[in-house]
Amino acid sequence: MGLHNVLDEAVRGRPTHTAIIEGGTAQRVDYRRLGRLSDRVRDRLIAIGVEPGDRIGLCLGKSACGVASMLGILKAGAAYVPADPMAPAARGAYVHHDCTVKATIIERRFEAAYREESGKLGRLPDLIVVEASSVDHLEASLDELDLQSPARRGATVDTAEQDLAYILYTSGSTGTPKGVMLSHRNALDFVDWCSSTFEPQPSDIFSSHAPFHFDLSIFDLYVALKHGGTIVLIPAELGKEPQGLAGLIAQHRISIWYSAPSTLNMMAQFGRLQEHDLSSLRMVLFAGEVFPTIRLRSFKQFVPAPRYFNLYGPTETNVCTWYEIPAVIPEERVEPYPIGKTCSNLESVVVDTKGEPVAAGEEGELCIAGGNVMLGYWGMPERSSASFLPSRGDGRRWYKTGDIVVLMEDGNYRYVGRRDRMVKRRGNRVELAEIEVCLNRYPGVSEAAVVALPDELEGVRIKAHLAVGGVRRPSLVELKTFCSQHLPLYMVPDTFTVHDQLPKTSTDKTDYQALKTR
Amino acid sequence: MGGAPRIEQSVRAFILNDILEGQDPGELTDTTPLLSTAILDSMATLKLVLFLEKEFSISIDAAEVDAAHLDTIELITQLVRGKTAGTGPDGSA
Repeated sequence: MGLHNVLDEAVRGRPTHTAIIEGGTAQRVDYRRLGRLSDRVRDRLIAIGVEPGDRIGLCLGKSACGVASMLGILKAGAAYVPADPMAPAARGAYVHHDCTVKATIIERRFEAAYREESGKLGRLPDLIVVEASSVDHLEASLDELDLQSPARRGATVDTAEQDLAYILYTSGSTGTPKGVMLSHRNALDFVDWCSSTFEPQPSDIFSSHAPFHFDLSIFDLYVALKHGGTIVLIPAELGKEPQGLAGLIAQHRISIWYSAPSTLNMMAQFGRLQEHDLSSLRMVLFAGEVFPTIRLRSFKQFVPAPRYFNLYGPTETNVCTWYEIPAVIPEERVEPYPIGKTCSNLESVVVDTKGEPVAAGEEGELCIAGGNVMLGYWGMPERSSASFLPSRGDGRRWYKTGDIVVLMEDGNYRYVGRRDRMVKRRGNRVELAEIEVCLNRYPGVSEAAVVALPDELEGVRIKAHLAVGGVRRPSLVELKTFCSQHLPLYMVPDTFTVHDQLPKTSTDKTDYQALKTR
Repeated sequence: MGGAPRIEQSVRAFILNDILEGQDPGELTDTTPLLSTAILDSMATLKLVLFLEKEFSISIDAAEVDAAHLDTIELITQLVRGKTAGTGPDGSA
């Protein structure tokens, strides 16, 4: 069984049921068409020489074209690697270069920049270019390629559960993103847990708010397909419009919503929720960052009926703990809700800095073992093994999440913080060191230090401190522009402070604690 | 009257005071890209929209909250001017 097989039952059993609704255009794609189109992608990839184990890049706006492509890649026995199409082109070219994709399915509007950036790295994968990200355009591109050299109608490649299914790149502390390798088994274990926990119905309409390079998409896509539900794909531009999102829920009668808390917060503040009929929602799931309770309460006041779930887990494990928010949030509660109990398909342990288990009630690092846990990081064997506990002789691979937690008396984990310099911003992982590497490349900058401070409204604010030699100090506009050319927008610092030199500790290291107060 | 200079001034003042929190205005010109550079992030953009709606008694559609309509002070001024044409800043004719 491969991850793509979640599609089979609905293709056979309810071929004319809508699998996907494009949130932007309201175009509908039924299960039969999605199944057929993913077969054609598979056949084209095999025709150009793709073999099991190859990696295939994606550089597409969010559409059914992307979903059909992902399924087709999996059917060919290959693994998909989504690039963030909203990030600078150099980043997408880098991740595809890093894992040596054999081919990339790309939209015309991204092609020129992708060619240029890949060229700088010295290698351009085969490109399958679609004019725009829609199923019609994907079909047209496949038709055109078939005219040049017909792809033979083949069969889906047999997949072993441990085979690589996809690589998701996340922010890396060395200055370049790192690729989390996930197998079919990793994804299926998670999908099956979702089935038993949330019991989705074929009548459910799922939101798909997260981009494809974000692991929330695994729930949105594969849980929905497995249960023969309908996915409403929300394009990136629309995903930032709170009123548009509320309208989309009402228009398409979305019943299961999943996003980062920041999106729900934005909708509560700016979405004019009282003007929209949101009664179709029966479950609201959130993950990716802490949801300040005052903000959760505010959203829930507008939309009281659904069940609310706080899901927790890094990309390396997908969701590994979960907590159902009580129906009523007491007025006086300000403390965030716990991240909850370990998912039933996984095991957890909390360890001290030596890797020894701590007693209940004591702080320690949460470690996770089980079917969800990643294969490792692409091309980083040392980094991969360092992310697991040394063998405990129990035959399990314990992934160290980097998150500090406390096991409370009621059996739930409470999230305390990070043991390193990673922060979450609008659900995205941000390694502060990666921003520093970028800033150090700015002409004239001799030192860069980035700190994150909690912010009640936005969760976190990122502040950059720079030491600049020379006479002219760069302006805020120049620095923001530079960062936006080299980093995804969610990594661009909120503020920049220029110093003659950065404060130092007694051992001559950058004094981050001092910078947090400036 | 809600002419372009007044709109432009009040938008600039709002961005400098409320969003950039008194940072050096430096090169914040009428044509500096704001959204595509994250000078205004998504939350700040929504704050700007609320400000514009209140300050000029206008309504901005969800579809207008994007770089095509709001990326520079010049574009913002145009958008507001288009919506307030023929009325004063308080909505009077």
